[in-house]
Amino acid sequence: MSNISEFTLSQIVSGIKKKEFKSEEVTESFVTNSKKSKKLNTYITECFDQAISSAKKFDQKGDYKGLLSGVPMAVKDLFCTKNVKTTAGSKILNNFIPTYESTVTNNLWSQGAFLLGKLNCDEFAMGSSNETSFFGSVINPYGEKLVPGGSSGGSASALAANLTPATIGTDTGGSIRQPASFTGTVGLKPTYGRCSRWGIVAFASSLDQAGPMTKNVEDCALLLEAISGYDPKDSTSIDAKVENYSSHLTEKIKGLKIGIPKEYRVDNMPSEIDNLWKKGIEYLKDAGAIIKNISLPHTTYALPAYYIVAPAEASSNLARYDGVKYGHRAKGNNLIEMYENTRSEGFGDEVKRRILIGTYVLSSGYYDAYYLKAQKVRQLIKSDFDKAFKNVDAILTPSTPNSAFKIGDKKDDPISMYLNDIFTVPANLSGLPAISVPAGHDKNNLPLGLQFIGKAFGEQTILNLSLAIEKRANFNKNFKVWWN
Amino acid sequence: MSIDKKTVKHISKLARISLDENKTSSLSKDLSSILKFIEQLNKLNTDQTKPLTSIIHASLKSRKDEINDGKIRDQILKNSPEKNEEFFVVPKVIE
Amino acid sequence: MKKKEFNYFINGEKSKWEVIIGLEVHAQVLSKSKLFSSSSTKFGADPNTQVSLVDSGFPGMLPVINQFCVEQSVKTGLGLKAKINLNSVFDRKNYFYADLPQGYQISQYKNPIVGEGEVVLDMPYGSKKIRIERLHLEQDAGKSIHDMDPNNSYVDLNRSGVALMEIVSKPDLRSPEEVNIYIKKLRSIMRYLGTCDGNMQEGSLRADVNVSVRTVGEKEFGTRCEIKNVNSIKFMQMAIEYESKRQVELLESGKKINQETRLFDTKKNITRSMRSKEDAHDYRYFPDPDLLPLSLEQTLIDRLKKDLPELPDQKKERFIKEHNLSAYEANILVSEKEISDYYEEVVKECDKKLATNWITVELFAVLNKKNLSISKSPVSAKNLSKLIKMITLGKISGKIAKDVFEKMQIGNKDPEQIVQKEGLIQQSDPKKLEKMISEVLLKNQDKVTQYKSGKVKLFGFFVGEVMKVSEGKANPQLVNEILKKKLK
Repeated sequence: MSNISEFTLSQIVSGIKKKEFKSEEVTESFVTNSKKSKKLNTYITECFDQAISSAKKFDQKGDYKGLLSGVPMAVKDLFCTKNVKTTAGSKILNNFIPTYESTVTNNLWSQGAFLLGKLNCDEFAMGSSNETSFFGSVINPYGEKLVPGGSSGGSASALAANLTPATIGTDTGGSIRQPASFTGTVGLKPTYGRCSRWGIVAFASSLDQAGPMTKNVEDCALLLEAISGYDPKDSTSIDAKVENYSSHLTEKIKGLKIGIPKEYRVDNMPSEIDNLWKKGIEYLKDAGAIIKNISLPHTTYALPAYYIVAPAEASSNLARYDGVKYGHRAKGNNLIEMYENTRSEGFGDEVKRRILIGTYVLSSGYYDAYYLKAQKVRQLIKSDFDKAFKNVDAILTPSTPNSAFKIGDKKDDPISMYLNDIFTVPANLSGLPAISVPAGHDKNNLPLGLQFIGKAFGEQTILNLSLAIEKRANFNKNFKVWWN
Repeated sequence: MSIDKKTVKHISKLARISLDENKTSSLSKDLSSILKFIEQLNKLNTDQTKPLTSIIHASLKSRKDEINDGKIRDQILKNSPEKNEEFFVVPKVIE
Repeated sequence: MKKKEFNYFINGEKSKWEVIIGLEVHAQVLSKSKLFSSSSTKFGADPNTQVSLVDSGFPGMLPVINQFCVEQSVKTGLGLKAKINLNSVFDRKNYFYADLPQGYQISQYKNPIVGEGEVVLDMPYGSKKIRIERLHLEQDAGKSIHDMDPNNSYVDLNRSGVALMEIVSKPDLRSPEEVNIYIKKLRSIMRYLGTCDGNMQEGSLRADVNVSVRTVGEKEFGTRCEIKNVNSIKFMQMAIEYESKRQVELLESGKKINQETRLFDTKKNITRSMRSKEDAHDYRYFPDPDLLPLSLEQTLIDRLKKDLPELPDQKKERFIKEHNLSAYEANILVSEKEISDYYEEVVKECDKKLATNWITVELFAVLNKKNLSISKSPVSAKNLSKLIKMITLGKISGKIAKDVFEKMQIGNKDPEQIVQKEGLIQQSDPKKLEKMISEVLLKNQDKVTQYKSGKVKLFGFFVGEVMKVSEGKANPQLVNEILKKKLK
């Protein structure tokens, strides 16, 4: 029998339902893999014993009616999990044990899944390589010296290495889609407001969204269905019906109009990326889609606008980390000293950079020139999409401007690191759903992804399109296990 | 525009993060290059554009005036690095 | 009453100065739960027992607005005759303090829920209109307690997140007395509306006081200082007096005023600079991305307007026109909602003039002596009404009524029962009175003669004797009439 850990989520759910295997077997399989894979450094907190115990309980008298009945799942350490340490990849929360459960993870457990562990990530979700975590860098299963992408690097790496059947991450500027692209997995950022943000450690409130990270598109649809939904505890959550993404999943995309935005063809774009994009276009034509050239004129301003808005919101969201109520507290002779030392000791360099630039762009005299300006640019970017979507149903672009790079390559150059997000950021600024689906390899055999951006609440469309690509791309995970 | 060390010191005070001289210098460099990057926006004329006020086209949802929360002092104080039975404890403020 | 002239000026060594005052009043909204969380707002609870995860700023927590608090601030705006803004925005005001768990306060900056309005003051020198700049909604902070431990402060977040209305006046106030009347009026309006209980001892009403001075005749404003968080009218007045003199002295000695934030030291009765504000706060306001802009329907405003209770100014007008009360009397009766409620209950069934007198003189004397508010009155409105009715019907005399009133105060006894039990019904039978009077006159022939020959003062003596004989129950009016007839 094949190793259960190599099965897809859907296969596991079905197998458990059909009693082909037990939840305990499934869980043991992932626990064994995880224990052997410490080199990848994907876990911050392991919940293996509890998971096995939950699996046993499920096998005894679990209810098989959930979407994820009996399935163990590890999640990004940005989701507050009740009584399980939640660190956000930071020293400042390295001993924080929430007394509450995030809505999204609660949705998972309501559907029959249970916690396998908390996965490593860039500190406070700030990063594109999972090198900023207090708990050490994560390694890409594709190569010992490679980054898995970020900030959901631990999630992507664990997924690709079969340490968890599926997982959820968060995406603020590309933190689900970019690591998905780097690890040959599927990652989807839903429409802003589709999933609740309650109980997720906040980075940039108007950009953050939780989303599924899975081995294939079918799994992605299933997991999206499980986590989506209106939450009255989140004022930015939308009261819209959750569609049956899995049962409506189809590769029949004939007649759908796909926009190819010329502005995404950036200077110095590697030819492999361009070729992959062209291949994607061919696949879609083959499936009966209609290709249209479109223009999103303000694309080039998206990344600078993002690096004003996101740090600004983060500088305010991270003000609560002051050592008073929870987390790390440093010594200080008075309150101000205590604050300054706590935050100096507790935050890493990238977080400090972003808090400071965020503080600067909001500060007296600069608000209009930076923050207000960025919000205006954001409006322009959104309008670009609104206009385009009058004529097309979805937009196809590459996910990333390059494949996984070496650990340490971009550490000293923040801007070079930020450029990783060039294709992903516009969807966050506009609140639109976007997905990365693995579509090919570069000359070093490293995975590359293609991205679909959809209309608001157009998740079904982009899932279907991704399925069409998936069936034609025949992407194969072509690496060998080297880490255990 | 660039961010000099004096400015770095000022914003780090606003953000309550203490920095030593080395850090202040390196941050001055980093923040200046980030600032240069984001100043690309100056190339764009946005005089006629209204800023984005919300991504979502919906009205602010409200709740009824009912007491459904609180009375969880243990939970609230549980994670505090310094507390007693009733309060959070912090070093004194100099007034 | 001759109108006085406004005369609060500071006579400096070199010039005559006037004082310019603007107030930012923070009024806690009367609501069961907080502005953005559903913990209780009740005063006096054990520390940190009315605190939710949202109030204490735990990771991942998000605000959800209390609809009732929104309506309360609209009602207050309507009570201030102000413009209600159908669209407003919540902004984050960012700063660090131990009683501010999120490191920011959710407030409103450029787009408040209520715009310009006004409050009218009744001053001895005439009516004065104080313009309101705006009213906005914001969160209150928790409390830091500094005196329970020599090295540490203790933080109680019960108050963190309670809804506050910040009411900003334009700098139209010119004296500590105007400040007194303004605060009282504002408080009264909100108590009438039921939007704030105005209880300054419990902290539901506090103010930041902005003070500047300028020479009389000068049109430009001087530099102002802000005195923060003053929680009683008396302290506000003392602070203004001290601060304005301080500024005059500085200016007359050629120095400049530093625009700064100050505290009123209640032990030394002075204002002093706040040391911790070395870098003037840069609050870095920006719209709160956890909330959407607040959009109000005109139909909501119209409904709230329709359901507004009668406000003090309207009530006062009505009392003057329809109840024939003087402006002075009407003012007293409307000064507190509880007083006007009490009065209106009393006059449901009895004479208004008498009621006014009994309330503002007799009842107030009792309340003052016992240090009670009218809501804790030992005599209920219903019973007072009964008492007054008996006077009007001639059942008892005014004098007897006073005695009955005293007896009523123990256990809020029913006056009709007291009168019945003690047989205090006034004697108004003319025949019986005639008999008594005849007896008295007969007994005092010599005095009758003296009276008839000019000693008119003796009339009082006869009345007194009749009262004695009747044990005080004789109807004084009738006694007077009959006595007059008989002494002709």
